[in-house]
Amino acid sequence: MSDSLHETIRAYILENYLFTDDASALGFADSLVGRGIVDSTGMLEIILFVEERFDLKVKDEEMISENFDSVGRIAEFVKARQRSA
Amino acid sequence: MNPPGTPTPPAILDARVLEIDAAAVVTQVRSRLREILAQDLSRRGLVVAISGGIDSSVCAALAVQAVGVQRVYGLLLPERDSAGASTARGRELAEHLGIRHEVFDIAPTLEAIGCYRWRDEAIRRIFPGYGPDWKSKIVISGGAEGRLNHFQLVVQAPGGEMQQARLGAPEYLQIVAATSFKQRIRKTVEYFHADRLNYAVVGTPNRLEYDQGFFVKNGDGSADVKPIAHLYKSQVYALAHHLRLPADICNAVPTTDTYSLAQGQDEFYFALPYQQMDLALWAHNHGCSPAQLAAALGIGEEQAAYVYRDIEAKRRTTRYLHLKPVLLEPLPELAV
Repeated sequence: MSDSLHETIRAYILENYLFTDDASALGFADSLVGRGIVDSTGMLEIILFVEERFDLKVKDEEMISENFDSVGRIAEFVKARQRSA
Repeated sequence: MNPPGTPTPPAILDARVLEIDAAAVVTQVRSRLREILAQDLSRRGLVVAISGGIDSSVCAALAVQAVGVQRVYGLLLPERDSAGASTARGRELAEHLGIRHEVFDIAPTLEAIGCYRWRDEAIRRIFPGYGPDWKSKIVISGGAEGRLNHFQLVVQAPGGEMQQARLGAPEYLQIVAATSFKQRIRKTVEYFHADRLNYAVVGTPNRLEYDQGFFVKNGDGSADVKPIAHLYKSQVYALAHHLRLPADICNAVPTTDTYSLAQGQDEFYFALPYQQMDLALWAHNHGCSPAQLAAALGIGEEQAAYVYRDIEAKRRTTRYLHLKPVLLEPLPELAV
């Protein structure tokens, strides 16, 4: 499912790690680590982006690949946190 | 997934798989170092920076074995956060081997270049009260529990009170970039002496450090030859005993000796203490299942799988450290 949240996250990754605005370069389900788009340092930067852009604090126990390894997973994580806020 | 050509896993996995014929290894390293100096590097001796730890001590001893005591130059390069015991052990090693050596304090250089100022500025963004009398270190977190690797900043106030907080990416990167000045300035000094003597510079990573990218690019990662990069750390300890190095070097606990608070290599970088990491890396390289590793280490199968995953994650993250500068087009006329 695509929405503005997905697009915002994808746009950040496209601009900062793939240096393109071609949305077809990154599917929502693509593994960011598996495709070699980010390493663990890049993942820390994405977590910082999520915290600042969506005004939330990621807890240590939430720092798992299941929450951050694709645009879709990040969007679902953000939605879940916004629902529980 | 193990790479093609992975050996068949052993029936029994335990520390014995890491046992070596130390005398044979020394003979082989001695021979290869001579060949490399003569045929590849065209240099007439070796410079070794001696930290007081096991790896650089063994490298210095192997250098002496290879080219003789007259052609090895030892450097002890302490700075403000170095443990006094490290320099003392380094000096003891140099005197034990009988090599020429000197102590050069790099703290004034680090002060001038901004190492401490940049580091402390980043720390104060997390702990505003952090000052000159405080101590600090970085601790890795996450990978051994199956989470994403991240880092905690630990500080100690002059009164002894400890505080800890998760590091965000900008602060983590700035602290590491600032402290990496230490390894890079040391390497600059090593190459000064190598150039003036027409010697080559020895890099001292063991296999665990080299494989997992535990080094600073253009810092301790820079060298002309790395004589123990194919040996697991347990095997380096075996060489130290075989070479009859001083007891307090053979028994030294691995530390980073980079941060002002005492910091083990396992808490800074590796998921487990080195003996267990050695076995985990060996097992991963030889196609052993997480269940086999779990049984060998006395840990759960799930944690063993996390350790394997962490090994792969560190290989991915540090691939950049191993890369030579990338050219846009090949230059076939250069045979390098």
